[in-house]
Amino acid sequence: MGKNHPNVDPYVVSRVRALESLLLEKGILAPGAVDRVVQRYEADTGPMVGARVVARAWTDPDYRELLLDDPRAALARFELDYTMLRVVESTETVHNLVVCTLCSCYPWPVLGLPPTWYKMPAYRSRAVSEPRALLREMGLEVPAAREIRVWDSSAEMRYMVLPRRPPGAERLSEAVLVPLITRDALIGVAEVTLPAVR
Amino acid sequence: MDGVHDLGGMQGFGPVEREENEPAFHAAWEAAVLAMMRAAGSRGLFNIDEFRHAIERMAPADYLRATYYEKWLDGVTRLLVEKGVVGAEELAARLAFFVTKPDAPPRAALAGEPAPRWPFNPGWLRDVVRETEATPRFAPGEMVVTREMHPHGHTRLPRYARGKRGIIHRCHGIHVFPDTNAHGQGEQPQPLYSVRFDARELWGESAEPNQLVHIDLWESYLRPGR
Repeated sequence: MGKNHPNVDPYVVSRVRALESLLLEKGILAPGAVDRVVQRYEADTGPMVGARVVARAWTDPDYRELLLDDPRAALARFELDYTMLRVVESTETVHNLVVCTLCSCYPWPVLGLPPTWYKMPAYRSRAVSEPRALLREMGLEVPAAREIRVWDSSAEMRYMVLPRRPPGAERLSEAVLVPLITRDALIGVAEVTLPAVR
Repeated sequence: MDGVHDLGGMQGFGPVEREENEPAFHAAWEAAVLAMMRAAGSRGLFNIDEFRHAIERMAPADYLRATYYEKWLDGVTRLLVEKGVVGAEELAARLAFFVTKPDAPPRAALAGEPAPRWPFNPGWLRDVVRETEATPRFAPGEMVVTREMHPHGHTRLPRYARGKRGIIHRCHGIHVFPDTNAHGQGEQPQPLYSVRFDARELWGESAEPNQLVHIDLWESYLRPGR
């Protein structure tokens, strides 16, 4: 599994089972709780809500304004009650990037489970000190004239990027845009691109 | 604490490795760890700041070697034993059982029916904003300097941003203070700010051009700047 999954403790499964059985016995872990976690995240791992919110913001200027000013109210339109989110907008002159250098804070309710790379030292160490070099390695060249704003999630506030709308997207509907909006673009390590026109 | 978890600006970890079509969980036990962390936290057995600090207290080499959910397993286990929710002996006995029977379901080690369920607080992770009389000392646009401090306990002022000049970007309201809440010293809520730093202030001549870093910092981390 490469560097992202180094040296898993051979006893880890036994350690998990031991604690799990004690927490079941003590009434702390509900029977079926583990299955519910699996079902929830295997069915709903992608940036489902995040992508829908961004597509709405790109197609509805009033919604974009609401999303930037009052994210809680904007998310409520998608039946999500999430009080701790801030949305930062990338433009021609600004590129935003989200990280948590101290642990791995991530806006789970809008983006789902974080990818492993987001939680590993390489990303957490470099995003604040050499974001341009890091993004270049990850396949995104940010022009020198475009300011990079890094958001280090050091408290309970969470950050999501409102990416730049790709040229040509103004003609597309919300429903067409949603599947083009990737998790990586909402973290800020990629931009949204349109499929090549045949 | 100046631990290995405080990674901002460290070097030598190499390139970011992305995994194509990454599964939600790489093994079933990972989901069990997630479920246990949430169960214990939401039943009030620890708060999120205690949990983060428990992970920070892993031995540095273990921290760097561990996967994400191994860190969580270590943190949950450490806290529940420290708080006496789980006894060290009963845990050792249960571990001995499952070392010999790693494929047995967790219920296999139970003598009888589980105890009644503990009360549940679904808001435990995000309920950190407090309505108090506190008035924020700083306004957006004001210059501040972060404290140069090296506490042995938990803090959310990253090492790379200590003793640095920044500008208040916005106030997020009055938030529970992790530095005390992680140590059983109460919530001591205080204003939380988004503070903007120029990369040159943080990284000096090594800074990349045209870069800012925003960090969310509690008021007591900050002094007036000019």
